[in-house]
Order: sequence, then C-alpha cells, then structure tokens
Amino acid sequence: MLHLILFLFFGAICVAGAVNLLAQSHPIDSALSLVVVMVSLAAEYLLLGAEFVAAIQVIVYAGAIMVLFIFTIMLLNAGAEERTKGSRVAIVLGVPGVVTGAVLVAWTLVHRVNSIQTVSIGALPGDPRDIAWLLFHDFLLPFEVTSVLILIAILGAVVLASRPDAVARRHHDHEAAKPLPELVGAGKER
Amino acid sequence: MVPLTHYLLLSGILFVCGVLGFLIKRNIITIFMSIELMLNGVNLSFVAFAAHWHALSGQIFVFFVMVVAAAEAAVGLAIIIAVYRTRETLNVDQVNLLKL
Amino acid sequence: MTPNPYLWLIPVLPLAGAAINGFFGRQSSKRAISTVALSFCGAAFAMALWIALTFSSASAPYFLDLARWIRSGSFNVDFAFYLDQLSLVMLLVVTGVGFLIHIYSVGYMWDDDGYYRFMSYLNLFMFFMLTLVLAKNYLLMFIGWEGVGLASYLLIGFWFVKDSAASAGKKAFIVNRIGDFGFLIALFLIIKHFHSLDFTSVFQAVAPMAKETSGAGLLTAIGILLMVGAAGKSAQIPLYVWLPDAMEGPTPVSALIHAATMVTAGVYMVARSHVFFERAPMALMVVAIIGTLTALFAATIGIAQTDIKKVLAYSTVSQLGYMFMACGVAAFSAGVFHLMTHAFFKGLLFLAAGSVIHGVGGEQDMRKMGGLRVYMPWTFRTMTVATFAIAGFWPLAGFFSKDEILWKAYSSEYGSWVFWLLGVTTAFVTSFYMFRLWFMTFFGAYRGATARDGHGHNDHGHRHGHDELHESPWVMLGPLVVLAVLSVVGGWVGIGGRFEHFLAPVFQSGGAELAIEAADAASKTTEYLLMAASLVAAFLGFALSWTLYYLSPAVPARIAEGLGGLYRAVVNKYYVDELYALLFVKPVLDGSTEILWHGVDQGVIDATVDNSADSARHVSDNLRHMQSGNLRSYAGWVAAGGAIVIAYMIWMGVR
Repeated sequence: MLHLILFLFFGAICVAGAVNLLAQSHPIDSALSLVVVMVSLAAEYLLLGAEFVAAIQVIVYAGAIMVLFIFTIMLLNAGAEERTKGSRVAIVLGVPGVVTGAVLVAWTLVHRVNSIQTVSIGALPGDPRDIAWLLFHDFLLPFEVTSVLILIAILGAVVLASRPDAVARRHHDHEAAKPLPELVGAGKER
Repeated sequence: MVPLTHYLLLSGILFVCGVLGFLIKRNIITIFMSIELMLNGVNLSFVAFAAHWHALSGQIFVFFVMVVAAAEAAVGLAIIIAVYRTRETLNVDQVNLLKL
Repeated sequence: MTPNPYLWLIPVLPLAGAAINGFFGRQSSKRAISTVALSFCGAAFAMALWIALTFSSASAPYFLDLARWIRSGSFNVDFAFYLDQLSLVMLLVVTGVGFLIHIYSVGYMWDDDGYYRFMSYLNLFMFFMLTLVLAKNYLLMFIGWEGVGLASYLLIGFWFVKDSAASAGKKAFIVNRIGDFGFLIALFLIIKHFHSLDFTSVFQAVAPMAKETSGAGLLTAIGILLMVGAAGKSAQIPLYVWLPDAMEGPTPVSALIHAATMVTAGVYMVARSHVFFERAPMALMVVAIIGTLTALFAATIGIAQTDIKKVLAYSTVSQLGYMFMACGVAAFSAGVFHLMTHAFFKGLLFLAAGSVIHGVGGEQDMRKMGGLRVYMPWTFRTMTVATFAIAGFWPLAGFFSKDEILWKAYSSEYGSWVFWLLGVTTAFVTSFYMFRLWFMTFFGAYRGATARDGHGHNDHGHRHGHDELHESPWVMLGPLVVLAVLSVVGGWVGIGGRFEHFLAPVFQSGGAELAIEAADAASKTTEYLLMAASLVAAFLGFALSWTLYYLSPAVPARIAEGLGGLYRAVVNKYYVDELYALLFVKPVLDGSTEILWHGVDQGVIDATVDNSADSARHVSDNLRHMQSGNLRSYAGWVAAGGAIVIAYMIWMGVR
C-alpha cells in the first residue's frame, strides 16, 4: 500500500516534470524540469531497491550532465524559442505515430501482461558490493571499453568546442617571439 | 506491491514525452534534453525488470547507459557549440544543409 | 537417266560473270565489263548448244546430283540438276535469246553510268533463270523462281533515282510474292503427302493416282495453287498488274525478262507439273479460263495504249494467256511451242522498239512518231517480220504455234469451241493492235520533235551527238536480224508434229497426252477449216488497222470521242490498278498507319517507354521531398516507422 502511494507520488512528479519540459519555451526552464524528473526517478529506483543506481543517477545524471546542459545554455545565451516554420511531416506523421505506438504498447501491457506480476518494495537490493562484483568480474570488458569511450568523448569535446583561431593565435604568439632570420641576413648582405 | 505494468507504463510515458519533445521542439538543446528523457525512461524499465526477475545485470546495464549518455551529452554539446559559432542560431530548422 | 557432270556449269558460269562484274566492274573499263559479261553468257550458250547437239532421247533425261542440302528425317532435298527435252527447249531459248540480248545491251546501255551494274544484273538473272530451268526438285526451282523475281526487281528499278522506276520494281516484287504464297502452299501440300520435292519421286508417286473427277481433292488443290504462283510470275489475271509498270526498266530488260524468259517460267512450271494437272480436270479448267480471259482482256487494253512499250507489255500478257490456255486443255507441248516462238518475235519486237526509241532520242509515245521506215530501214524490216509473226500470218513462226494452240483448244478432250472462239477473237484483236503500232510508228508523216531539239531521255539516258533521227549501230541491229530469221524459221519445227513428238517422252510419262493420237483423218478437215479461220482473223485485223491508221488517220480520234466512257475505261486499263489500290493497298496502308504506327508503335511501345521514364521521374520528384535536411521530419518518419513495427509485432504476438 505504502509502496503504491509512494510510487504514484513520485511517478506524478516525473510525469509533471516531463510535460513541463515540453510546455516551456525557454530551454533553461526545460532543463530545470528535467532535473526534477531525474531526481524523482532516483526516488523510484530507491523504491525498487537499487541504491547504487539511484545514487549514480543523482550524482552523474542530475549532478554532472544536467549541469553541463545548463552551462551550455547559459554560455550560448539561447533565448526563448521563436516560432519558425517547422516540418509538417513531424507533426502530421510523427506525433500520431508516436501516440499510436504508445497506445498500442499500453493496451498490450494492460490487457496482455499478467497483472499479478508484482514488484515488492525494495525488491532487489542493489548494494555497491554486489554491483561491484558483477562489474569487475562478469562485465569487466564493457567497463573498460566504456572508460575508453569516455576518454574519446573528452578529447572529442575539447577539439570540437575549441575556437579555431585560438590555436592559431597561440602559434602566432609563439612565432612573434622569435627573430626573423631573413631580415637579419638581408641586412648583413647590404 | 506495485504491479510491474505500472512501472512499465511510467517508463513508457517518459519515453513518449521524450519523443514528442524531439518532434515538437525547435531548440537544439531542448531536443537533446528530450533524448536524455528518453534514456531515463528506458533506465526505469531496466531497473523494474531487474527487480522483477531478480537479475542484477539490469542495474549494471543502467550503469552503462548512464556512462554512454554522459559521453554523448559531452560530445553533442560540443557539436552544438561549434554549430552555433558558424550558424549563429540554435534553431534546428535552420541547420538543413543536407537537403536535396 | 544418265548422269552428266557438266550440268552445274551452265548456271554457274553466268554467276561468275555477275560476281566479277559486280565486285570489280566499278573500276574496270567498259570493254572489260562487256567482255566478261558476254563471254560468260556465251559460254553458257555454247554449253547448251553442245548438249543439244549431243542430246539423244534414249539416254535422256540427264541429271547431276551436286551436293546434299536438306536432310530432315525422311525428307531430303539436294542440289540436283535435271535435263530432259522440256528443259532442253527452255535452256536453248533462255541462253540463246539471252545471249543475243546481252549483245544488244552492250550497244544500248553503253553510255549509262551504271553500265557495269546492268551487265552484272543481267548475268545474275541468267544464273537464276538457268537454275530454275535445270532444277531437279521444286525447292531448287523455287530458288530460281525467287531469284529471277529479285533480278527483275533490280533491273526494273535500275534507274532507281526515278520514283516511278523504283515503285515499279517494288510493285513487281510484291505482286510476285502474292503468287509465290500460293506456290509455297502447293509445295507444302506436296511435301506433306508425297514426302519429297524431287520431280522424279513425286511424279512417280502421283502417276498411279486416279483422276479427280468430282473436282475437290488434293491434286486439284495443288494444281490450283501452282497456277496461283504461275499467275503471279507470268502476269495472268489477277496478278498481271506489275508487267505494264515494269516497262520503266531499260528496253533490253523488257525484252529479256518480260517477254522471253522470266514470265515464261510460270508456263514452264505448269508444264513440268503436268502430272498433277492431268489428274485434276478442275484445275485444268481454272488454268484454261484464266489463260483465255487474260488473253482477250489484255488484248483489248492494248488497242488504246499510246506508249509503244506498254502496247508490247499488254501483248505479252495476252500471249502468255495463250500459253496458259494451251496448258489448260492439256496441250502442254503446244504451250511450250508458243513459248519458244513468242520468245523470238516478242524479244525482237522489244529490241526493235528499243532501237526506235533510241533513234528518236528517247520518245516513247507513238503519237509523236511516224514515217520512221525511211530513217531506220533495218529496224523497220525486222520489226515488220516480228509484227507479221505475232499476228499469225503463214509461214512465220507465230502462225504455227498459235494455230496449234487454237486447234488443241477446240479438239482436246478438255477444250471446247468457246475457248477456240475467244482465242480467234483475241487473234483478231492482236493483229489489229500490232498493225496499229506498225502503222503509227513507221508510216505516215513524222509527228515528233527530234529533228529540232533532240534529247528526250525517257527510256535510256542516251546522249548522242546526233540531233536527227538515225538508225542504230550494228551491235544493236545484229541481234535483231538473228531474231528475225528465227521468227521466220522457228515455227517450222512444228510442222508435222515434230516438236510435239520431240517433247512426247516428257509429257507421256503422265500417260494422258493422248491429243497426239486424237488427230485422226476425219478431223483433219476441221483442222484446216479452223486454220483458215485464224488466218482470216489475222487478215481482218490487218485490214481494219490499215483502214484506220493508214488510209484515214483522223478517224480513230472520232471513234474514241464517240465511244466516250468505254474508250476512257480501256485507256485507263479498266481502272484495275485503281481498284486494287482501293481494295488492297489503301486498307493495308491505312491499317498500318493507324493501327500499327500510331496505335502500336507510338501508342503502346513508345508510350510504355515514355511513361515508364515519366513515372520514374515523378516518383523520384516526389520522393525527393523526403530528404529535406530537416531533422524533425526525419524524426517524424522514424517515429511513424517505429509505430508500424510495434503494431506489427504486437499483432504477431497476439495471433
């Protein structure tokens, strides 16, 4: 009973945040709603007993990724969205498509899946020790690969986001410090 | 005792919101955030199933999803910054050089 | 049957001449071309003479199996040659008259730019004609048959830059083809029922078959179909329309192909196939009716024509009708006899007409001639002989052969007095128009323009230095004289039935040539009476034309005016060409234009191709909009596609 109430409470916050993301026109408002969604999702994870995942959700997702988003929004100083001519296809074809798909899945879930399958509160305790055991034994390779992936992402981000002339200016400063050999030589000749 | 379908429905709602945001919104960064929303919805269904079947690898997968999402966000935002520098706009409708 | 290993040389020698002139003639001198053409043709003639001299009826027929050709199950056809008395007669006529005409052509065509081409085509024609005559089976004969049609087309359209000549060549070929269709069906029937096309095997198989008196049977069908083929090649009703138009070709061509040799191929073929006809009385009746009607019909057209060559063309059609009348009453040797004499005097008539045309500088209209006997004495003399011969005056060649036919038409078991009467009427008309031609051309005052302006190039593109009427050179007159002599003496081989007796072994193999024995003493009186009647008819024709065209030359015009519509019909050849154009040519052309061209070619084929290209373009035009570069539309498509996939999976899972 308590499980259900808590689930519905946090679920409502999730959905409200998601809908708000769609409804807001300024991206910073959408970013903040997304933070709300993530925090409530962390609460949902806790209800399922996934402590580590919940912690990671708050620290990494809400704490790092969303902060990065907000930094970028502020850096680019993006204002509220203007109304421009969008794509008709997206509205005409895409939205009904998504809605249809969603309705179908929902229908299937409600009518076809056995409703007596339930999840109890704190069903699967995912404490760090167990997670770590799996991570470093069975899933070692994916772990290492993803660490390389992060490295590449860092490099990529640095390269992509750097100013093109910043590199040249640094070179230029370097060059300016050196004397120019031709002029010196030329002066000698004359 | 919450039926599994409730978790799945919640996950589905989040995913659908993410797709709708992708389709409706015009700001590139907002579209990116909708992608993150989609990923979150998927994460929730992973954890729900992990709990249902008592398989911890579901949570491990969530871990990896988060890692990849982080990397993707970093690189994607860098691209957005680069595009903003040349195009002076964050409107996705005006970045259409690949049209026929 | 004795083998003769040299038979193949007779056709092949002219072929070699044709090849040499055809390939190398363009760079050769006219002398060289003439030498090649004459020597190869002359060699064939010499061989024919030698075979004739060493011919013995006891060892005839000669044959030569040259090479295998078709081996298909039990059906075999070979390249094989055959020479019996009938072939020998044809051979001598073809090579002899052909050689004379070759000599004539050297003079006639000398100034033409296409001289080497002409001589090459002439030799090519000789090759095909000799193949036809010497063939031992129907298929080889058919090759010759088609080949002479080809040579005829090439030679009629020799001056192909002239539209009328090119059209005439096409007309000849196409009308011939219609006849060939009948011929082919006959061949198919023969193959089906006798499993062979070889003369000896087929005739041996047919010999024991009974006469088909009820009229509808296999042999009747074969006979009638063979006659269709002959009607095409030998210009009988209804397929005669190409022969007058064929006068567009040079005069030697008209003489050789359309008087002496090619058109007689039909008669030869019917005579060769006599075994079929003798057992199919209905087919014989068809042949006789067609022959008689054609003879009279063409003769009536001839009396109103003004072009000298057209008169001779209709005369040829008419005389061919006589030959078919003879074959139609089972008097095959009479038909062949007339074939031989006709080759002499008709060939002479055409060559002399060519000489006249040459002498007046190209004019062919008889109304613009007249009084030419003074300027062209030798042409006049030879042409006189030919005219009297064709009219059937005794003792010239035409009298004997024509009289033989008329007698057989009356007395044969298949003949009747109707045929005889129509034949005598035709003789009267023939005599009339031939003497009309004679009087208009050689007597009276000269009505032409040559003395003043000279160069009309209707017929032979001949550029002389002469402005006045002149006689032809001896290279042209020589053959005229030879043919004139033959026109006189050529009929004498028929006296006493010697010719018939010579050909008897050929026609008796069928066993129905009983007309020879039927001439018993009691009917001799009738024979002499009928002979007298035909002489009277010939004389009446002479008298009438003498009155109209010599004594009072203004009268014919008044008669023509008086007859009005009838006269116009005759002058316009009874509008047969127009009728054919309306019935056959126009529907084909219209159908071809509307249905095949606009309908099928443009409407279906072009439209299919164009439309498929258009639709590809439209599809791609519309598909292009999918790739707009707009991120959100791509996302829309993905979402829609995803929804479809989900729906499908749910549906599969639910089932």
